[in-house]
Amino acid sequence: MSNGTTASPSLPAKPANRSKDAAVSSVVEASSLVQGPNNIIAATEMLGSQAIVRSLEELGVKDVFGLPGGAIMPTYDSLMDSTKINHVLVRHEQGSGHAAQGYAMVTGEVGVCIATSGPGATNLVTAIADAHMDSVPMVAITGQVHSAFIGSDAFQEADIVGITMPITKHSFLVTKAEDIPRILASAFHIAATGRPGPVLVDITKDAQQSKMMFSWPPKIDLPGYKTVVRGHNKQVREAAKLIAASSRPVFYVGGGVIKGHAAAELKEFAELVGAPVVTTLQARGAFPDSHELHVGMPGMHGSVSAVTALQQSDLLITLGARFDDRVTGVLHTFAPNAKVIHADIDPAEISKNRTADIPIVGSVKEIIPELTEACRTLFAEAGTPDLDAWWNTIGRLRETYPIGFTATNDGLSAPQNVIQRIGELTGPEAVYVAGVGQHQMWAAQFIKYERPHSWLNSGGLGTMGYSVPAAMGAKVGNPDRVVWAIDGDGCFQMTNQELATCVINNIPIKVAIINNSSLGMVRQWQTLFYDSRYSNTDLNTGHGTARVPDFVKLADAYGCVGLRCERDEDIDATIQQALAINDRPVVIDFVVSRDSMVWPMVPSGVSNDQIQIARGMTPEWEEED
Amino acid sequence: MARHTLSVLVEDVPGVLTRVASLFARRAFNIHSLAVGPTEINGISRITVVVDAEGDLLEQVTKQLNKLINVIKIVELMPEASVQRDHILVKVRADAATRLQVTQAADLFRASVVDVSTDSLIIEATGNAEKINALLAVLEPFGIREIAQAGTLAVGRGSKSMSDRALRSVSA
Repeated sequence: MSNGTTASPSLPAKPANRSKDAAVSSVVEASSLVQGPNNIIAATEMLGSQAIVRSLEELGVKDVFGLPGGAIMPTYDSLMDSTKINHVLVRHEQGSGHAAQGYAMVTGEVGVCIATSGPGATNLVTAIADAHMDSVPMVAITGQVHSAFIGSDAFQEADIVGITMPITKHSFLVTKAEDIPRILASAFHIAATGRPGPVLVDITKDAQQSKMMFSWPPKIDLPGYKTVVRGHNKQVREAAKLIAASSRPVFYVGGGVIKGHAAAELKEFAELVGAPVVTTLQARGAFPDSHELHVGMPGMHGSVSAVTALQQSDLLITLGARFDDRVTGVLHTFAPNAKVIHADIDPAEISKNRTADIPIVGSVKEIIPELTEACRTLFAEAGTPDLDAWWNTIGRLRETYPIGFTATNDGLSAPQNVIQRIGELTGPEAVYVAGVGQHQMWAAQFIKYERPHSWLNSGGLGTMGYSVPAAMGAKVGNPDRVVWAIDGDGCFQMTNQELATCVINNIPIKVAIINNSSLGMVRQWQTLFYDSRYSNTDLNTGHGTARVPDFVKLADAYGCVGLRCERDEDIDATIQQALAINDRPVVIDFVVSRDSMVWPMVPSGVSNDQIQIARGMTPEWEEED
Repeated sequence: MARHTLSVLVEDVPGVLTRVASLFARRAFNIHSLAVGPTEINGISRITVVVDAEGDLLEQVTKQLNKLINVIKIVELMPEASVQRDHILVKVRADAATRLQVTQAADLFRASVVDVSTDSLIIEATGNAEKINALLAVLEPFGIREIAQAGTLAVGRGSKSMSDRALRSVSA
């Protein structure tokens, strides 16, 4: 049992405001590191499990996703008494993790998932790794066996702190009830600030069952954690000089602009400079697709105009991006004549892959306005850079090589067309959540994104199965928006159990299964690089197969509306039908051609200069990875 | 590859050594030696880590270490501006016939004999890596039976203290 010492609040409760039962009183000033309203709560005796729930409430948490088990049962018991927290019971812990990610991605708030010890915790691992790669703010709370049993291979014991150490921003093992408020407040602070990421809080069963004295706000003491937000003045001025002197600048915009809520700032900056803007897979929507400065998505499946703009640039204005290998291709051939301005909140990203000429550490939310002002001043003196010749090149490429697709040969619908029509009929106010593979790339290419937080996908880790649970979390976070899961037939079979969660909890997402009856991206590589030897990529879910499972029947079994669309002429009507249903989830089995491929493509192992717009316009490809 | 000595001040909390060590492993940074112990400040430990890394990679090592929440401060200690010492215990074969030769060799290196038995000695030595290696080369012909060696310890020369400054930033 805990000895019940008082956790030290960062500010003592004011005696004048303290009522006998220690109710909520006044509010601390905004300088506190503790998220939420910082209600002052004087020491109150409660159980550790109650302290977990109360801490979440005080941190402003409204929705959590989880699944109970032995070591977290005390917390679930306390959770039952909460009137402020909506708990969504998932069907698999991985679903709770992706749901927390989807929730965080659309709301900008920390997503929360809860699981028990052992297998419950290990089932969260994929989602935690995914959140780590894509910098998603998330707190995962796991039960742990009694502290006396740790290390004894007890029932459902797993060293989840050890397992997740390389894939979390930080992690805590809590063995004393009195540490719970401080550690949860610290976990939320770490998850949400700086470069966001997942934080694991592993709480032993005895810490949940012990009595403690709860007070709020706790004092966060993290001497080794500091985040630089503002850009360095001198670096900002140097960057502005480079921009003013550049004749072929490009804005290389990454997911940090969305995480940093800096889309409006970016628009003002880009319009001032007038340079082409490319938005990476993680940044789709950070800058409107319809904007005349937007030239597309860069990278392995980027547009010719975006890829070439980077390759031929003399200055990359890099904002919250990390020179990922899917963007750069063979690194030493990437943008060979460009100087690099690199603004990022994580100093470790700067000069990790590509050496920055002007590194600027800080939040893009602060840095972009600083850069804008510095450029405005400089342009007023020296004139706005003349980018006409540069636009002649890039504009011509954008017109000559728009993202497009060819008709299929097998009489089945083109998957690109299905996805494009979903985007056109639903519009930019919706949220689109993809799985991983061909459908993900098509959804990035063929849906027009006009606002941030409208496009969710697993970019860094590439997690098949992300779509349905992440869409569920996004719908909980944005209940008034239409949320489409654009999924593949392979991905869908990994996590579709969360349809039960959606039906029971009235979370009416729409799922478009782009059913090409195969693990499509792998099949595309087999076509291109493995002599069309289709080893283990046939899923038998599509046209002319045994259809196992039958997705319409599956949807029906879950209580969703199941629709099937097999002809081009039915696409629009089917989408409209789905859009008209808002009282339960809809699953559409779009039966499409399996031979459609994602173009353009820069094959692995070659320079981005060798981007190919279609097969047959390529040299022999032999390298891959 | 160039060898660098980093002094890392960390919060003395469970798992901190694992975090530091596993970071080196997963980023494929090569650790030459590692030593950890308490400092003059309660709650703060000091890890001295010697790594093999070129310039850019060393910068990555430092930046990645700085991302660890429990890491408070990192300083690279240059050989010319710091005292760096290795510490070793060596069990050497030595009987009545060779004991005198072995102890004389130890004396030459200002090493001490800390245990004696009928057919062996344990020699304790402190010094830089070159001295330790030279001692081992001299003892080798007698028959080295066991070696226990600690990671390099290092402190910057002069009156400045890295933990003083770290503490100031902690309290700020």
